[in-house]
Amino acid sequence: MEEEKSFSDICGGRLALRRRYYSPYCCEFGLSSPRLSLRSLTAVTCAVWLAAYGLFTLCENSMILSAAIFITIIGLLGYLHFVKIDQETLLIIDSLGIQMTSSYASGKESTTFIEMDKVKDVIINEAIYMQKVIYYLCILLKDPGKPHEISRVVPVFQSAKPRLDCLIEVYRSCQEILAHQKATSTSP
Amino acid sequence: MVLKAFFPTCCASADSGLLVGRWVPEQSSAVILAVVHFPFIPIQVKELLAQVHKASQVQVAVLGTWCHRQQEPEESLGHFLEGLGAIFSHDPWLQLCREKGTRFWSCKATYHQLQGTPTEDQVMLIFYDQRKLLLSWLHPPAALPDCQAGDSAASTGGLADIFDTVARSEVLFRNDQFDEGPVRLSHWQSEGMEASILVELAKQASGPICLLMTSLLSLLSAASACRLWKLWPLPFIRSKLSTCEQLQHRLKHLSFIFSTEKAQSPMQLMRKANMLVSVILDVALGLLLLSWLHSNNRIGQLANALVPVADYVAEELQHLLQWLMGAPAGLKMNRALDQVLGRFFLYHIHLWISYIHLMSPFIEHILWHVGLSACLGLTVALSILSDIIALLTFHIYCFYVYGARLYCLKIYGLSSLWRLFRGKKWNVLRQRVDSCSYDLDQLRLLVITVQGIIHLLVDFINSLPLYSLGLRLCRPYRLAAGVKFRVLEQEKGRPLRLLMQINPLHYSHVVHTYRLSSCGCHPKHSWGSLCRKLFFGELIYPWRQREDKQD
Repeated sequence: MEEEKSFSDICGGRLALRRRYYSPYCCEFGLSSPRLSLRSLTAVTCAVWLAAYGLFTLCENSMILSAAIFITIIGLLGYLHFVKIDQETLLIIDSLGIQMTSSYASGKESTTFIEMDKVKDVIINEAIYMQKVIYYLCILLKDPGKPHEISRVVPVFQSAKPRLDCLIEVYRSCQEILAHQKATSTSP
Repeated sequence: MVLKAFFPTCCASADSGLLVGRWVPEQSSAVILAVVHFPFIPIQVKELLAQVHKASQVQVAVLGTWCHRQQEPEESLGHFLEGLGAIFSHDPWLQLCREKGTRFWSCKATYHQLQGTPTEDQVMLIFYDQRKLLLSWLHPPAALPDCQAGDSAASTGGLADIFDTVARSEVLFRNDQFDEGPVRLSHWQSEGMEASILVELAKQASGPICLLMTSLLSLLSAASACRLWKLWPLPFIRSKLSTCEQLQHRLKHLSFIFSTEKAQSPMQLMRKANMLVSVILDVALGLLLLSWLHSNNRIGQLANALVPVADYVAEELQHLLQWLMGAPAGLKMNRALDQVLGRFFLYHIHLWISYIHLMSPFIEHILWHVGLSACLGLTVALSILSDIIALLTFHIYCFYVYGARLYCLKIYGLSSLWRLFRGKKWNVLRQRVDSCSYDLDQLRLLVITVQGIIHLLVDFINSLPLYSLGLRLCRPYRLAAGVKFRVLEQEKGRPLRLLMQINPLHYSHVVHTYRLSSCGCHPKHSWGSLCRKLFFGELIYPWRQREDKQD
């Protein structure tokens, strides 16, 4: 079953959380950020071209204008392919692991999969970020050889940065599945 | 725990039969490797599995039954399949069934407990591409890649286990359902035996070629190690020239590539392949350079331009020294020191000009023969260029050394770095001396920078793993950083179906893992340290020091 809700991120922008329950032990959360707005794109392009035109009137070299166009295009492609993340997904499968996917605006997808033996817990942590104190969801990893020590902390939804209400929803479902996994793993 | 069944995508359309694979009890997962078709004799199936177990150390067993109902439901087949559970006892016993007309499968896993009453469990189906998993090397972030393939006992983590199982069961994939054996199997080779004529020919030819090349290279290395080369000053010159060092490096690479022993681990195989591709590219670029150089009489033009340029530089240097020996920019200098240093440098220049004039009739021939060495590779040509620059500008380097040492003392004593820059600015007003001092500084800095850049370029070309990058670009499933899962269409009440795909390694990790070891000067001369040394007056040694030797 699928549900969709609307939340906001730490700066006040709109986020859409899409939750899919595939089965009692498999759940997927997709968090979508707003797309690249035409207004900001136009503003940046105009600023760059005005600056290039100003330089052109100073230097009388037409290479500056072509260089500005080239830089704008390359910059936009680079931004869409390497920086702008459209959607972040968290897929939890009981007894297999947790998978995090980031989809960029150009269509590129980057995936990380963490096996269930390495997952110790999923928690909500507080952090000081610039001038704010924010909450973020993170996965605690353990070394299979040393189950009582935390080897790494992996933050989730780093580019979307949702607020606490959204995080609580995700946290509750994750804890249900992890509890189910811990209960069934002790039985043979 | 939920039972995970890893099913190969190639068997999804196979006929009904038995499922053969490996059961991993710690992760409660069944890795299905092949499907055995009817008709078969149970004794022969058990013999085959015992053979495979002995050859590959993988615990293959019959895990369950597979039923593909293409026509009307056959009741007799259903009973027959259930009866097989008694012959091949395995705990748990899997029963996978695919019906015609629906995309959804039904799975049942029965545990036969000691009491005799069977209990059922939930099953999760995970599809995987057998061929890609077989060919791929997993790169876990913690463990090193070269201890992956050799260990049969130590397999850490669930995924590494799965990769390991499929990779080591290659023996099982030799026979196929179209072969005339006692048992008919279906696996990834059933879609068509994969082979390439070129690859087979190359494999056959590689044996004798390796032997021939190894003997040739051993002759070469014996010749280079003979006692004649140990007479002084030959070892000194050999250690200073970057050409000799580059040739030695290439010889070492070639002997590693053509060594007759097989590669023990995937890491060594990748290293060999990277070296081979790098050598081939090097030679190709070198031949291109050779053809360009020997066309249009470029060598003659270069030789004709060399002597006038050397004369011009020497004349400008002499003017500068005369100016410095007088009262430069009205500054009162230490007259005695000025005269001594000035006459010393003038004598250097005089010697150098005489040497150039002596060599001038032979320069074209020397350049022509040296240009032929480009067929050994672009890196050799670049090293020769670097050595020629070093030899031709040796006198400038001497001036630089004397000047830099004195300058360095002043820097530490007075920390008057601005004096140099103030001096330059002051000279802008004096047109007639401005160009000279500008040229000398620029020439000095230019020469040292160019040599540094050539060395860094040679190192970069030597150490880039081209084969690994090419593999990552064209066959990304071979270098795996991990896996990724995708949930397939699901119906309520049916088991969950997932598709497992290989997550390829990031380019930066590829370069970092498979980087070839470069010559000794790399850690000393990075771009940042080069700039820093120029700025603060520390001496730059454009050739290798004896202490930097890296074996």
